[in-house]
Amino acid sequence: MAAREPSAAHVVLLEKLIGALTAKGILTEAEIAAKKSATEKASPETGARMVARAWTNPEFRARLLADGTAAAEEFGISLAGNPPLGVLEDTPALHHLVVCTLCSCYPRVVLGFPPHWYKSTAYRARAVRDPRGVLAEWGTMIPAGTQIRVVDSTADYRWMVLPVRPEGTEGWSEDQLAALLGAEELVGVALPKVARAQAA
Amino acid sequence: MDTAPQPTHHDLGGNPKYRCTAVEPENPALNDFDKRVDALRVVLREKGLITTDEQRLKIESLPPEEYFGLSYYEKWLKAMAAVLVSRGIVSWEDVS
Repeated sequence: MAAREPSAAHVVLLEKLIGALTAKGILTEAEIAAKKSATEKASPETGARMVARAWTNPEFRARLLADGTAAAEEFGISLAGNPPLGVLEDTPALHHLVVCTLCSCYPRVVLGFPPHWYKSTAYRARAVRDPRGVLAEWGTMIPAGTQIRVVDSTADYRWMVLPVRPEGTEGWSEDQLAALLGAEELVGVALPKVARAQAA
Repeated sequence: MDTAPQPTHHDLGGNPKYRCTAVEPENPALNDFDKRVDALRVVLREKGLITTDEQRLKIESLPPEEYFGLSYYEKWLKAMAAVLVSRGIVSWEDVS
């Protein structure tokens, strides 16, 4: 499935804007190409590796929860120019769900580009009013006794979730654990499932 | 009495209009236009020619029919053009 194509008028606007900026010596096509290529590499992989390490290393877990920005920098990721990263700790009694009700704020440096559904009007409107109903659309059932806390990411502070490590993963390596985690698990719409890694 | 101001159209949290709208879990790949708009924004931001808040204000200022009718990156593009014009970096004549 491909994203919706832009109108012809907007394609023209983009090229005129880039053409004007290039003609004025403000930027070059090569600079845009370099950033576009970086975009194509963006993924939730760093966030997945951070969670996998937190599951296996209690000292890193403590650092991750205390200061997500500094913990990301341990993975060679610079958050310079980006808002701070906060990490929300799930427990058997508490599940977190992240939304940006105002737009699409998302910790791109560790999770890649915000998924289409994260930017959708329905997700933004409903996550704060009917989180269990939204989670059910992913087939995610949180027990009635578990509290759900919905956290709004903003332009000034971005969030990701540290899920509960699933049972049946004792002795797994960081790589194996990271394979359980994608954008859905790190935003909180899905729980990490052991079957996911076995199927992969 | 509820004296809270009426939310503007971009403030969607809890909006009952979407109460029965399903969230589509698909995540389609970005197309070439999307990636080019995104790259342009990163270049401009790194050069100090646009801030997230300036861009956000312009997106939120789009009339509702555009806010809900355009694709995500079409909105970004319109907002970036508006910021660059308001800063005097380009003119409307340059881009129209």
